[in-house]
Amino acid sequence: MADRRSFLGLAAVLTACTKSSKAPSVVEQSMAPYGERAAAETNILRTATERTGSIGVGSSTTPLQELHGVITPSALHFERHHAGIPKIDPAKHTLLVHGLVAQPMEFTLDDLKRLPAVTRTHFIECSGNGGGELRGVAGATVEKSHGLLSCSEWTGVPLKFLLEQAGVKPEAKWVIAEGADACRMARSIPMAKCMEDALVVYGQNGEALRPGQGYPLRLLLPGFEGNSSVKWLDRLHVTEEPAQSNQETAHYTDLLPNGKARQFSFVMDTNSVITRPSGGQKIAGGAGFVEISGIAWTGNGKIKRVEVSTDGGKTWIDAALEEPVLSRSLVRFRAPWVWDGKDAVIQSRATDETGYLQPTRDEIVEARGMNSQYHYHGVKPWVVKADGSVTNV
Amino acid sequence: MFRPVLKIALLLCAATAFAQTKYPGVGKPAAADRVKAADKTVMADGRGLPAGKGNVETGRGLYKTHCAECHNEAGEGRDKQWPALVGGTGTLATKAAKKTVGSYWPYATTVWDTISRSMPYNNPGTLKPDEVYAITAFVLHLNNIVPASQELDEKSLPQVKMPNRDGFIPTVHPDVKAKR
Ligand code: HEC
Repeated sequence: MADRRSFLGLAAVLTACTKSSKAPSVVEQSMAPYGERAAAETNILRTATERTGSIGVGSSTTPLQELHGVITPSALHFERHHAGIPKIDPAKHTLLVHGLVAQPMEFTLDDLKRLPAVTRTHFIECSGNGGGELRGVAGATVEKSHGLLSCSEWTGVPLKFLLEQAGVKPEAKWVIAEGADACRMARSIPMAKCMEDALVVYGQNGEALRPGQGYPLRLLLPGFEGNSSVKWLDRLHVTEEPAQSNQETAHYTDLLPNGKARQFSFVMDTNSVITRPSGGQKIAGGAGFVEISGIAWTGNGKIKRVEVSTDGGKTWIDAALEEPVLSRSLVRFRAPWVWDGKDAVIQSRATDETGYLQPTRDEIVEARGMNSQYHYHGVKPWVVKADGSVTNV
Repeated sequence: MFRPVLKIALLLCAATAFAQTKYPGVGKPAAADRVKAADKTVMADGRGLPAGKGNVETGRGLYKTHCAECHNEAGEGRDKQWPALVGGTGTLATKAAKKTVGSYWPYATTVWDTISRSMPYNNPGTLKPDEVYAITAFVLHLNNIVPASQELDEKSLPQVKMPNRDGFIPTVHPDVKAKR
């Protein structure tokens, strides 16, 4: 019996070999030490923008409309830098923990890798994501409207372990995180977040962090505005008060119509967007079945529900959420649609586990005015034209 | 006889305190001088500011040498190239809100800290504390926040009251209500 089975197996292998010897004779690519994308896919790229006359202040956006699932390939993760990407020797890089602690401590990367590690999937979103939508310049593609958003599987150490290792004093309320980039970016983080789910990560999607993501070490604050997840992390200063650093006063504060600005508005609000069909794409082949698919996310925890409308918001149906639905991660939603071939406005709206419903642009403008360029999270409609082309409203 | 024993016991306690953390042996204690060299935090109340001083007149010359190339002669910036360091006062509650050091920043210490750690952009961290005090005084003077005769040091800088000192409020979350 066993012999007969292995004989059949061998026969199958032989047949396969014979067959494949008739396959194209040109070997396109042999085994490579580091993989490449298929040649036909290499046009899927980020768009990089320099924002000043000095190189290094700018961003690159993720082409979310081209991606499947919820993980952003590391090479397509969005970037937002205020002083470029530093070159860091990982063997010399350390993390200093000091201030209101019993014993100031310094950790090498080897030290950090000895500690119990965790791997978690979280999105990072720049708080300026969607700022153009608020100002009334609707993005023509998901990358243009939402591209300062990505999601990775991160590996590292809970920040709590490091703070406990140094022994945080009871009067400590904030941790100032500082990076080793040219501007020594610094942000003050509330102690509660540091103890809840903050991570100090060295791994991204199974590899070391990419240089643009803070190699060799970054802070990862799940659900908080991206700027606070300080890259190239090398110092944690435990204090009673926030530092009132440049980034947490002059920038990343939300100016309201009365001239006052919300400060420390870390949490990214509940949001969603349809990525397929979406702006710039075309439904090929005319009327009929089209799956509507997109992403939803919230800094509040888990997404509980996503609804989709194909009639400009008159009626809504529940989309299916693809498991696992993880906290402070992108979630993929899908809804079936039989398109009648006529003009249609399609959009999604998400509800999180606290019951918060994603608002429309008008509702955000009503609450915050037009000067608050951060934390935009309005419903994004797309117009499907009779010829199958999709544009922004 | 009793005393030395107690002393040794205390010393042993101190030495083993580190070993008694949850993850013994991971990371090394950082010496005071190591921490001092790395700690560049400047708090809004002035803690962390190094000793030093500089005045508006000295700052004017230093600014011309180190900053004007990008931020322009009078801090007006260069459109879409480099940010303005002046202007916008009184605009925050209007549709044409302009956020600058003068109109928006709540603390003078943040101006000192920004210049010290990140400017000049292509050569950051090279200015000496006295130079940073002088340039800060000049930038504040450009914004009519301090007079031309002003000298600033680690004591007087945190006392400078910025026009928008009370312009920031804590965030209430969530702040937008959607209708179903
Ligand atoms: C080579 C060009 C260059 C030079 C020289 C330069 N800066 Fe800057 N500066 C920049 C850029 C670019 C930014 C914006 C950084 C960002 O957006 O993150 C900036 C930002 C600033 C800011 C913050 C402005 C804001 O509203 O956030 C201040 C303050 C500042 N510079 C002061 C100075 C001073 C003072 C000097 C001289 C010591 C100086 N800069 C020299 C390019 C320069």
